[in-house]
Amino acid sequence: MVESRTPLRWRAWALQALLVLVVAALVYAAAANAAQKLAKQGIVAGFGFLGRGAGFDIGQHLIPYAAATATYLDAFWVGLLNTLLVSALAIGLATLIGFTLGIARRAPNVLARTLAATYVETIRNVPLLLQLLVWYVAVRKALPGPADPAHLGSGAFLSQRGLFLPRPDLSGWGWLVPGAVGVGILATLVLVRLRRRAVEAGRRPLPVLVPGIVLVVGSGPLVGIGLALAGHPVAIAWPARGPYDIEGGLAILPEFAALLIGLSVYSAAFIAEIVRAGLDSVARGQGEAAAALALSRGQALRLVILPQALRVIVPPLTSQYLNITKNSSLAVLIGYPDLVHVFMGTVLNQTNQAVEVVALTMAVYLTISLVTAFAMNRYNARVVGPAR
Amino acid sequence: MRFVRDHIIPPAPPPRRAGGPLAWMRNNLFAGPGNVVTTLLILGALAWIGPALARFLVLDAVWTGTSGDACRPEVIGRPVGACWAFIGEKINYLAYGSYPAAERWRPNLFFGLLALGAAWMLWLGAPRRDLGAWFVFAILPVASWLLLSGAPALGLASVATALWGGILVTLVVSAVGIVASLPLGILLALGRRSDLPVLRFACIGFIEFWRGVPLITVLFMANVMLPLFLPGDVTVDRLLRPLIGIALFASAYMAEVVRGGLQAIPAGQGQAALALGMTRAQAMRCVVLPQALKVVVPGIVNTLIGLFKDTTLVAIVGIADFVRVLEAARADPRWSAPAIPATAYAFAALFYLAVCFSMARYAGFIARRLAAGDRR
Repeated sequence: MVESRTPLRWRAWALQALLVLVVAALVYAAAANAAQKLAKQGIVAGFGFLGRGAGFDIGQHLIPYAAATATYLDAFWVGLLNTLLVSALAIGLATLIGFTLGIARRAPNVLARTLAATYVETIRNVPLLLQLLVWYVAVRKALPGPADPAHLGSGAFLSQRGLFLPRPDLSGWGWLVPGAVGVGILATLVLVRLRRRAVEAGRRPLPVLVPGIVLVVGSGPLVGIGLALAGHPVAIAWPARGPYDIEGGLAILPEFAALLIGLSVYSAAFIAEIVRAGLDSVARGQGEAAAALALSRGQALRLVILPQALRVIVPPLTSQYLNITKNSSLAVLIGYPDLVHVFMGTVLNQTNQAVEVVALTMAVYLTISLVTAFAMNRYNARVVGPAR
Repeated sequence: MRFVRDHIIPPAPPPRRAGGPLAWMRNNLFAGPGNVVTTLLILGALAWIGPALARFLVLDAVWTGTSGDACRPEVIGRPVGACWAFIGEKINYLAYGSYPAAERWRPNLFFGLLALGAAWMLWLGAPRRDLGAWFVFAILPVASWLLLSGAPALGLASVATALWGGILVTLVVSAVGIVASLPLGILLALGRRSDLPVLRFACIGFIEFWRGVPLITVLFMANVMLPLFLPGDVTVDRLLRPLIGIALFASAYMAEVVRGGLQAIPAGQGQAALALGMTRAQAMRCVVLPQALKVVVPGIVNTLIGLFKDTTLVAIVGIADFVRVLEAARADPRWSAPAIPATAYAFAALFYLAVCFSMARYAGFIARRLAAGDRR
């Protein structure tokens, strides 16, 4: 804080040496105690246990996983991917809801303003854990029972066991469908770039919104129809009622749905507040000037206000995204097989390798935090631009 | 980027009446077609949700009864909303857990002491707030521990922490979190701004570690690793383990709040104090820190709100806090009825909403007051 260090130099170094000594002594004592106790329990320290067979099943796995052959390391990857999946989807959904609400809080419509404010104040002040229980227990109870699932259109079912959707079989020629969607997304990005160039050069920009939607949404079905005409139809696994439960198709677990909805709804309230603060940070004259140029409200928001608000929005949004990732660990409460549930729960209980399991799990979250912070900082540097 | 208009737009009509309720409605509800659609959609949704909520919470609610049968629509022959009779019968369990009924005056006294301490600290015009700080950070923790867990020497029968539960445990965990994290957070924030590199990096590492991991992993760690790290036969109380975890976790967040306050104080303040012949410790204690802490009161209260909500996570590691006790009460077979889960969650949500919302209002009030002071 204030510079007057010369006479205190030796004392400062003595103090720091003492700090290092104390920390080292504490770590040594803890490690010695742990080693002694682990030896007494017959547990071999180290990560060798990751290669042993896991022998338990996991309800949702994005990579092949079978209880008989999988190792603890496989269980780790399954849990990690489940955490990443639900976090990524919740981040997208929460951003969507949050920006809508945040903009609604500054809308001309008084009802929209009040409703958004009520949402934020209510949702923010009720613990996430309680909200997850509400979605998982109370809302699920209101769904039809497994014996009598509700038909949603043709070939989709909804019951207390989850949501069952048709699943296209994407092996063989089927791979072309997601490939086409990927190409569509890339083409849309190119279009956005071209449009920005055209605007910067003062040329009349091409429309992007409609072609973009057609490219992203339409490319998949289009290629599917093309494949069918070419004699390689994409097989679709339809869910059907079996003797006990619905079989086949794509099953979305109620645990996953409850966690995704709860996490998104909760975090959206915080994102809405961030967006509102961002909009408030833009000088009033900006919006008025845009209106004076005859820009519509939507145009003013999109072209003038939001780009400036993003400078203020992005840094707290980053930490909110990290919060979503960390909060996804509440999955353990309702039994969604995320990293904490699978690894810190089941694997820890089976192996008793407490130190290794806790260290590995925490390292994963720390890495996610650091990587996200790094990525968002780079984006932030671009949005904020050179210092003025 | 530029926009070029290639045709002249016709002049806009002059504004119509700007005052009165009709003009207000036109500006706020029916300004343009999109606005009208929004208004109608929201009104429609409200007409659907509002009555449903009123029916559930009040009109169709069951207020008296001695078992789940009172809340079954097929038994009493009318639609059933919330089953408040269930909450009424379980309220003591929800408040105190399994704390012995004869000793419930002790948690009550604890609630009173806590309210006194909170009022003393939060009411900015209270007399002798320095004494209040001593009360909250020194006397209250010791007195509460003696009172709740018992002191045979003082004639208080001991009550095992395994019997504590409900709102009592939620408040104990929150109180320990705030009382421990504030001093620790201040020390960490000072350490993070220190000139001594080893101390600074130790504090940065500590803060960023706790802020980078989810609270659940911290609680699991406290549960399984704390007993491992302690020598031989030392055991840690099951309630104490998550308390330690929460205190360390909260102190990292508190440190960042306090650091924000320290950064808000101009460097000239500390330099002026040094120029007056104060030592650096005196300058920090008497000049910089009091101003910094004043600035961050809203931030501290917001951290406290987060902490209060986060205490629900101790339910996952087996501590009988409010949520866990609620789940246990809900599972009572005598009170099994379709309306019970929704009733239990509605009650808990209202409880947390009331506490957190009033704290948020207080933080907002202080923030406005500080802003008014800055404008002057």
